[in-house]
Amino acid sequence: MTTQGTGRIVGVDVGGTFTDLVGLDGASGTVRLAKVPSTLDNQAFGVLSALEAAEADLSTLDLIVHGTTTTTNAVLERKLSRTGLITTQGFRDVLELGRRTRPQAYGMTGTFRPIIPRDLRLEVPERMDASGAVVTPLDEDAVRAAARALIDAGCESVVVHYLHAYANPAHELRTAEILGELWPNRHITLAHALLSESREFERGVTAAVNASVQPLLARYIDRLSGGLKDGGYHGELLVMNGNGGMVSAARVADEAAKTVMSGPASGVMAAAYTGRQAGYPNLVTYDMGGTSTDVALIRGAEPSVSNETEIEYAMPIHVPMVDVRTIGAGGGSIARVNAAGLLEVGPDSAGANPGPICYGRGGVQPTISDANLLLGRLDPSGFTGSDADANEVARIFAETLGAPLGLDATGAAAAVIRMANTAMAGAVRMVSVSLGADPRDFALFAFGGAGPLHASAMAKELSIPRVLVPARPGITNALGCVVADLRHDFVRTLNRPLDTLDEADVAQVFAEQIAEGRALIEAETVGITDLRTTLSVDMQFVGQTHLLRVPLDTATPRRDQLQELFEAAYHARFHVDLDNIRANLVNVNTSVIGVRPEIDLSTLIDPAGRADSLQGAQTGARPVWFESGWAETPVYRREALPIGARFNGPAIVQQMDTTTLIEPGDRAEVDPIGNILITVAAP
Amino acid sequence: MSIDPITLSVIQAGLAQVCDEMDLTFSRAAFSPVIAEANDRSDGIYSAADGSLIAQGAGGLPVFVGTMQYSTRTLIQMIAEGRAAAPKPGDIYIVNDPYLGGTHLMDVRFARPFYRKGKLFCWLSNTGHWPDTGGAVPGGFSASATAVEQEGLRLPPVRLFKEGVLDAEIYAIICSNIRVADQRIGDVKAQAAALMVGETRLNALMDRYGDDTVAEAIAELRARARAQMEAFIEEIPEGTYEATAWVDSDGVVNEPLAIRLAVTRTGQGLTFDFTGSSAPCAGPMNSVRATTLSSVYLAMRHIFPKVPISAGAFEPLEVTGIEGTFLDAQYPRPVSGCAAEVSQRIAEAVFAALVQALPDRVTAAPAGTSGNFALGGHDPARGRDFVMYQLSGGGYGGAATHDGLSNGCSTIGISKAPPVEIMEQAFPVLYRRYALREGSGGAGRHRGGFGLEYELELRRGAARASFVMDHGRTGPLGAMGGADGAVNEVTVWQGGTPYVPEHLSKEQDIPLAPGDRVHVRTPGGGGYGDPMTRDPALVAEDVRLGRYTVEQAAELFGVALTGTPPVPDPAGTAKLRGGKLRG
Repeated sequence: MTTQGTGRIVGVDVGGTFTDLVGLDGASGTVRLAKVPSTLDNQAFGVLSALEAAEADLSTLDLIVHGTTTTTNAVLERKLSRTGLITTQGFRDVLELGRRTRPQAYGMTGTFRPIIPRDLRLEVPERMDASGAVVTPLDEDAVRAAARALIDAGCESVVVHYLHAYANPAHELRTAEILGELWPNRHITLAHALLSESREFERGVTAAVNASVQPLLARYIDRLSGGLKDGGYHGELLVMNGNGGMVSAARVADEAAKTVMSGPASGVMAAAYTGRQAGYPNLVTYDMGGTSTDVALIRGAEPSVSNETEIEYAMPIHVPMVDVRTIGAGGGSIARVNAAGLLEVGPDSAGANPGPICYGRGGVQPTISDANLLLGRLDPSGFTGSDADANEVARIFAETLGAPLGLDATGAAAAVIRMANTAMAGAVRMVSVSLGADPRDFALFAFGGAGPLHASAMAKELSIPRVLVPARPGITNALGCVVADLRHDFVRTLNRPLDTLDEADVAQVFAEQIAEGRALIEAETVGITDLRTTLSVDMQFVGQTHLLRVPLDTATPRRDQLQELFEAAYHARFHVDLDNIRANLVNVNTSVIGVRPEIDLSTLIDPAGRADSLQGAQTGARPVWFESGWAETPVYRREALPIGARFNGPAIVQQMDTTTLIEPGDRAEVDPIGNILITVAAP
Repeated sequence: MSIDPITLSVIQAGLAQVCDEMDLTFSRAAFSPVIAEANDRSDGIYSAADGSLIAQGAGGLPVFVGTMQYSTRTLIQMIAEGRAAAPKPGDIYIVNDPYLGGTHLMDVRFARPFYRKGKLFCWLSNTGHWPDTGGAVPGGFSASATAVEQEGLRLPPVRLFKEGVLDAEIYAIICSNIRVADQRIGDVKAQAAALMVGETRLNALMDRYGDDTVAEAIAELRARARAQMEAFIEEIPEGTYEATAWVDSDGVVNEPLAIRLAVTRTGQGLTFDFTGSSAPCAGPMNSVRATTLSSVYLAMRHIFPKVPISAGAFEPLEVTGIEGTFLDAQYPRPVSGCAAEVSQRIAEAVFAALVQALPDRVTAAPAGTSGNFALGGHDPARGRDFVMYQLSGGGYGGAATHDGLSNGCSTIGISKAPPVEIMEQAFPVLYRRYALREGSGGAGRHRGGFGLEYELELRRGAARASFVMDHGRTGPLGAMGGADGAVNEVTVWQGGTPYVPEHLSKEQDIPLAPGDRVHVRTPGGGGYGDPMTRDPALVAEDVRLGRYTVEQAAELFGVALTGTPPVPDPAGTAKLRGGKLRG
C-alpha cells in the first residue's frame, strides 16, 4: 500500500448517449472536462476520443478510473457471450422457471428470455442436502461429458451451479478442477463463489449473468488497455463496480457481474462526496434523464447498498450494489388525456428517437421537455429547432391536451409539469419510505440533464427544505469515478436465532472479512490515505422474512447488544415494539474501503472564469411561466456566477448541458465549492 | 364541475400514494410470509356513506380488488342496525366472516374509521391472509370440510382496538383458537400500523387541498372512472358471448361444477349472467357473493389494466344469476376454495367469453390454479411437527401477438413461489426435480406457456399430503381455435406404487412414509389460434429446446421436422397441414 498525492487523475464514464470525462491535476489544480458521443459497439473509441477532446497527455497521467456500461447493456439487450450451464440433475430449468411471477400485477401476459437457453443447460448426477451432506456423489464422467458437449456447442464461458453449494461447495470445486483440464479459457464461474447464499434462482441468475458478460468485459478491457498503452499511458486503470467502489482492470472481469449498473452507482458516489464537502451528508439523489429518473438515498455520506437488485423483470443480480431505484419518468415522457378525460404523463417515452417534438427529429407527441420549452424554462436557442418548431409544439399541446382539458397551450404545458412533478414526487417518497426514511430529513441532490430543472418543485412537493445542484450536474457519473474509493463488500449468511448464536462465530466472520478486504486493497498499487471498515448485521424477528440492517461499531458484538440494537432499529423503522419475540441474525456484512486522497471540488468550475458580481454573470432575461403566472426571469451563466453570490427566484441558471430553475420565493446561494444551494419556500 | 382536471389528477395520484404506502408498511412489518413475501394483502380507502371503493393500493392482491368495499359496506350496515358497536376515533374493527363481504376465513379484515373535524369522513381498511385461523387442518384449506365451522374461527365485526388500545380479552380468544399464535401479535401490529400510516398521510393530503376539494374530487373521480370503463366497454361489439368453465369437483362429491357465463353488452354496460351454473356444493369449492363479484372485476382489470381501482369502474358491470348457485353460497357452506380456486375459474369464464369479442386484447386461459399442496407431519430429527406449503405456477394462455408465459403466478395472486433450497432447509423433504413441464403448453398459432413439474420425497418421519388444486379434469381453455393446455396431474408414490387421487386435483391426508414421493405436473396455458398456422420455424425451435417432441410437432402443429438440430421439412409439413386442414 502506498500513499501519494492525487496526481493527474482522469475519470471517464460511458453513458447511453455521451461519454463524459473529468480530469484533475492535483499539482496545478486545473480541471479538464470533455463530453463526446458514446460509441456503444466498442466503448473504447469513445473513451479514447474523450481523452483526445480533453487534450490529455496520456504519458503524464497517473490514474484512469473508468465507468462502463458494457455489461449492463449486454444483459439488457441480451447480447451475451455463448454460455453453458452445468447443474444438478433435475434442475436445469431453474433459470427459466424463475419464481412463478408475471411482469405486472394486472394483464396475464408477458415474455421472459432466460440468460442461458435450454439446450445449453446440462445436468449431471450430484446432490447435496440443505445441511451440506452428500446425497448423491458427483458423477465426474458426466461433468467431463457435459463440458465437452458445451465446448462443441461453441460455448465460450461456463457456469457451475449446484443445489446447496453455499452449504458445501465441494462438488462445485471438484467440477472446477475437472473443467480446468478441459475448458479452453479461464471463463469458469462457480455460483457459490460469487454469492454464497441460498435461493437457487437468484444465485443461478447472478452466476449466469457473470459468466455471460465475463468474456465481453475481458475483451473490452484488453482493447481499452491496449489503446491506452498505444497512446503512451503507463499508469493504472481502475474500473467502477456497482457498489460504488473501484477495482483494478486486471481483476474486474473475474467478477464481471459486479460492474452491472455501475454508472448510476458512480453518480451516487459523487453525490455523497459532494454532499459531505458541502455539509449535507443526508441526501436524496434525483437524477432525471431523458427516459427515466434514478433515485437513491444517502445517509451520513454513505449511500444505501442493496444485495438484492432486480435489474429488470425476473433478472435478479444479488451482488452488493448502490441501491438506485429507477422511476419511469424523464424529459421524454409522453403526456396524454385518457378516456376518463384525465391527464396522464408517462410511463411511455419518446426516447432519444424521435424524442420530444422540440428535438425536431419527427417527434409528434407532447413530452415533459416540450412543456418546459413552452413555459420558457428551457432555452429555445438550445434546440436545433426554429421558431416554427416552437409554434408546432404549441399547436400540438393546444390540440392534443388543451382542447380536451379546456386549456390553452400554456395551460396544458403547466398541467403536464404539475402532473409530472406530482407523480415523480410520489415515487421518490415511496423509495425513501421503503428504505425507512422521511424525505423531509434530507436535502435533494439534483443532477442529470433535467434534474435541476424540476428539483425546486419536487422539493416543495416533498417538503424537502433544501436543494443542492452540484457544479457539473451533467458529468456527475464521471466525477464519481474520480472521487470513488477502493471498496470490497462481503456478506456471509449465518441465519441463527440469537439464543443459539455463538458470539465467537460472528467475531470470526468479521475478522475473516476484514482480513480478506485488507489483503485485496493492499494488492492494489493506487494510493490511499486511510483504510476504513464498516460493519453491520442483517436481522429479523424469528418468523419474519424481511431483513433490517443494523450497523455495528464493534467486530465482537455480544448477543444482548445485538438484540437491543435490533429492537431499537425496528422501533425507529416501524414504531412497533415486540419485546417478547426473539431475533434472528441472518447476515454478517463488512465493507472494507481504501479511502482515496481528497479532491478539491471548487476547481470543477474555473475560478478565473467567474464574474466579479452577480450582474456580470447575467446573460439576459426571458419570460418564464410559474404557478403565479408569467414572470420576466433573469438568466445567469453558471460558470460565471461568483462564489458566495445570493439571489432570489425567479431565476434561471444555464450551463453546458443543464438548466437550473429557481422558483419565485426560493432563495439561491453559491457555496464555497461552487454548488448552488436552493432554500425552498414552504408550499 | 368546479374542480379543475389537473387538481383532480393530482388528488387521484395522492390518494393512490396513501394506499401504496399502507401496502408497503403492512408487508414490510408483517411476520407471516404469506403477507410479507407473497403480498397476500390489500389496503384501501372506502366511503363513509356506503363503503364504496375510493382508492386501493396498486400492489394489493388482485382477488381483493372488489371484496373490500362489500366488507366495509356490510360493516356500515351492521353499525346502522346496531348489530355492531358504533365507531369511535382510534377504533379498529376485525372481521373475517366470509358471508359478510369476505373471501375465506384466513383473509382477516381490519377497518378503521377516519375522522375530520370530529366527523366520520371515510374508512381505511385492509385485508391480510393469516397463516392460520384454526379449524380442522393447519392453514385452513380442508379439502373435505362440509361446514364453515370446520374451516376455522369466524369473527363478526368487533373492535379489536378500542380508542387506540388493543382489547386483550378479544385477542386472547383469538389466540386460543389459532395455531402458532405467538407470532400473530407481529402481524396484528403490522396490520394496524398500516392503517395508522394511512391516517397520517390522508390527513396531510386533506390539509393541503382542503376537505371540500378532496370530497369533491372523490365524487368526480368516481364518475370519471365509470366513464373510463364505459369507454373500454365500447370496444366490445354489441352482443352476447358465452363460455363455460369447469371446477374439477368440490373435494367431497366427485362431480364437476359448471360456471356458465353469458356476457352481454348493451350500450355502455356489460352484464355477466351466471344463470345455469351448478348448485351450492357439499365441499369447500363454494364462492361467496363478494368473491364472485371481485373475480369478475379482477378479470376485467386483467383485460383493461388501465382502469382505475375505484367503485365507479365497477358500476357499468352487472352480475346476475348467481342466486341459488355455488357462486353465492350461504352459511354454513364451506368456502375455503373460493379465493384461491373458484375465483380463477370465474375469471377464466370471463376470459373465454370476451376473447371472442376482443381477440386482440384477451388471451387464451392461463393455468388458473394456485397449486396448493400441503404436507404436514413429524420430523424426528428436529423433534417437532411441521406444515409446509408448496404453491406453484403454470403456463399462461397464448395471445394474438405472442406465446404464453411459462410458470406464471395464479390469476388472483402476485406472489413468488418459495425456492427449493429454502423448502429443504425448513422441512424433511428432498426435491428430485423442479422442471419445465414439457409438452404442456396448449398448441396454437401462439402456444400456451408451459407448466411446472416437480417431484419431492419425504426423507424421514411420517407425513400426510393434501392437495387443493384444479384443472385436473379439463385443461385451461384454448381460444380462437387453439388447443387446451395440459391438465393438472398429481401422483403419489407410496412404497413404489403410484396413487392418483380420486378427485384428481383434491384430496386430504394421503399418508407418506420415508422414501415416498409426490409428483405434481401443473397445467399449461391454453393455445391461441389454429396450431396449423404456427410458424414452422418456431415449432422447430421449441423442439430443439426440448419443449415438444418431434412427434408432437407433427401431431399437434402439423410440422414435419428433419435433421439434428431439427429444421422444418416444407414438403412434409405441407402434406401434414394439407391433410389436417382438409384441403
